[in-house]
Amino acid sequence: MVDFSLWDIFRNLLLALRWTVGLSLIAFIGGGVVGLLLLMLRLSKLPGATVFVSCYVQLFQGVPLLVQLFLAYYGLGLFGINTSPWVAAGMGLTLYASAFLTEIWRGSVESIPRGQWEASQSLALNFAEQLRYIILPQAFKISVAPTVGFLVQVIKGTALASVIGFMELTKVGKTIANATFSPFLVFSCVALMYFVLCYPVSLYAKSLERKLHAHR
Amino acid sequence: MRIQLDFGAVLAEWPLLLTGVGWTLALTAVAVVAGTALGVGCAWVRARGFGADHSPRWLQALVGGYVELIRNTPFIVQLFFIFFGLPAAGFKLSAETASFIAMVINLGAYATEIIRAGLEATPKGQIEAAVSLALNRLQTFTYVVLPPALKKIWPSLVSQVVIVMLGSSVCGQISTKELSYAADLIQSNNFRSFEAFMVVGAVYLLLSFVVRHVLNWLGATFVFGRR
Amino acid sequence: MPIVDIRALRKSYGSNEVLKGIDLQVEPGEVIAIIGKSGSGKSTLLRCINGLEEFQSGELTVDGKPLLHKNAAAMRALRQRVGMIFQGFNLFPHLTVGKNIMLAPSLVKAKDTASGEAHARALLERVGLAEKFDAFADQLSGGQQQRVAIARALAMEPAVLLCDEITSALDPELVGEVLRVVETLAQEGMTLLMVTHEMNFARRVSNRVIFMHQGRVHEMGPPAELFGNPQTPELQQFLKSLND
Repeated sequence: MVDFSLWDIFRNLLLALRWTVGLSLIAFIGGGVVGLLLLMLRLSKLPGATVFVSCYVQLFQGVPLLVQLFLAYYGLGLFGINTSPWVAAGMGLTLYASAFLTEIWRGSVESIPRGQWEASQSLALNFAEQLRYIILPQAFKISVAPTVGFLVQVIKGTALASVIGFMELTKVGKTIANATFSPFLVFSCVALMYFVLCYPVSLYAKSLERKLHAHR
Repeated sequence: MRIQLDFGAVLAEWPLLLTGVGWTLALTAVAVVAGTALGVGCAWVRARGFGADHSPRWLQALVGGYVELIRNTPFIVQLFFIFFGLPAAGFKLSAETASFIAMVINLGAYATEIIRAGLEATPKGQIEAAVSLALNRLQTFTYVVLPPALKKIWPSLVSQVVIVMLGSSVCGQISTKELSYAADLIQSNNFRSFEAFMVVGAVYLLLSFVVRHVLNWLGATFVFGRR
Repeated sequence: MPIVDIRALRKSYGSNEVLKGIDLQVEPGEVIAIIGKSGSGKSTLLRCINGLEEFQSGELTVDGKPLLHKNAAAMRALRQRVGMIFQGFNLFPHLTVGKNIMLAPSLVKAKDTASGEAHARALLERVGLAEKFDAFADQLSGGQQQRVAIARALAMEPAVLLCDEITSALDPELVGEVLRVVETLAQEGMTLLMVTHEMNFARRVSNRVIFMHQGRVHEMGPPAELFGNPQTPELQQFLKSLND
């Protein structure tokens, strides 16, 4: 048994926290880009677009993230791609985030009252102009709070990347807990760190939500 | 390069998959019943402005702390804490017990916030009518406030149950024999990793659909339907 | 002995004094109409009588018992003596009409289901909605909902009924059916305090009319006198504005 001081434990966990943050950002931003493309696809009214995006969303929302990560890991392996945990976790979480984000944004667009579409149409705006000048600016404002709220889900999701070998906070925590035989202490620290990471984001999302409703 | 997928090898292990489904549903069912009850109780403590005089400050703080802690930490960490961490403090638990407890505690926290939103949306006039009819606080809560609130938030609650059901896949990490554990077991036997998780993924998809519809039906029939 | 006895009642919302010393004695069986501009304190006064609003100073006694806001048992007893009908009906949307009426008696007076149901049906009959026992609120018109609300309040067998602008939210053609029910209650000897804008109804049915202005009882008297011979300029102006 290796002798770890409390500070040693803490320091190692903090180092692992970097990877949690890094993976979260990759998934959130990557998921945002893909999600936006999916939203555009859905709004484009191309034949089959709605069905495709709808199925995509239901797929990623109906399968556990854990299973999605395993599929990314083993799936990439099938194609002979080097299954580094970064690639597998990054890809898996990006696709997962894209489904949820596109759904959040779709909801925001659909909550714009019909009258906005009708008024802008009566002023001879075409579809692209309607989206650009009338609908999307309003939808964006509505979507900020839930989008920020979803970041918390992504951060929590990175903890599952530990299962496919990604060295983030949870994985390192488990390793140290085993090495030091003090799981109570170590997992408490791990939980605390996630909390410190997530809680401010949650609070920010809540305050954004309040501000939004104050305007209406 | 040809990719040979062999789903047959996975489907042949259907008893393992069935056991997995059983455990997944059992974990979810317990979480739904106990977690919702916990959620109603905590929502009662936390809700503001729906006519209740407030619960003592310390209780509100305790419930608030519980809810925020659970909602801002990953489920897998909660599970590890209960299964690995608590024994060190003297509470030894089996993997199954730890899984059940973690599921209930997890759903309870989310259910609290969902139900709280429903309670706080109660129109003030309903409370006034109940008060004017001389109902006491508990009666007002049970008969006038809670039923419409549950009806209003039922879809959100059902969605959360599905999320928690999918989250139960993590319990396989401490060897609870639910569905993702079955996949892991199968692929360790026949090395059909991708196929195993594809099959299991499809089963989860089916379960999500079924559970959602069953819960919606249950709600409409027993909780708030028109009888 | 007055059934409702109010002396020097004062109520404020923060720094805004809404009731500036109300003196009022209501005898059993009296029908009192309270009129006045919005903001004059009419509804607030009514809501003080069944404890939905708390007052800061003065005395309020119902049936010989003083109002004790902090005493839950006393308040519960009060609300069995005093019923209220609201402008917004406030029917319970998840219960049938019958269950709406039966709920409070079963919980508060421990009435058993059989007699509760019989009582509810009789009350529905009385307000002319016997066939709606199993309907839900959203299946009824506004006038029907308000009549159910009246039946619900009557199920507690109160001594006093407070009516807070009960026809203000109704379409004009539905007002009559509700007022007819109230008139019947008045004829049967119920003590009624009504905040209302229905002047003709007030004139016909009430024993006394109270005109409130800026938180005080400005004028009070039998309807013929108050409507026919208003003494103060404020009341004269108020009555004039109604006719415009």
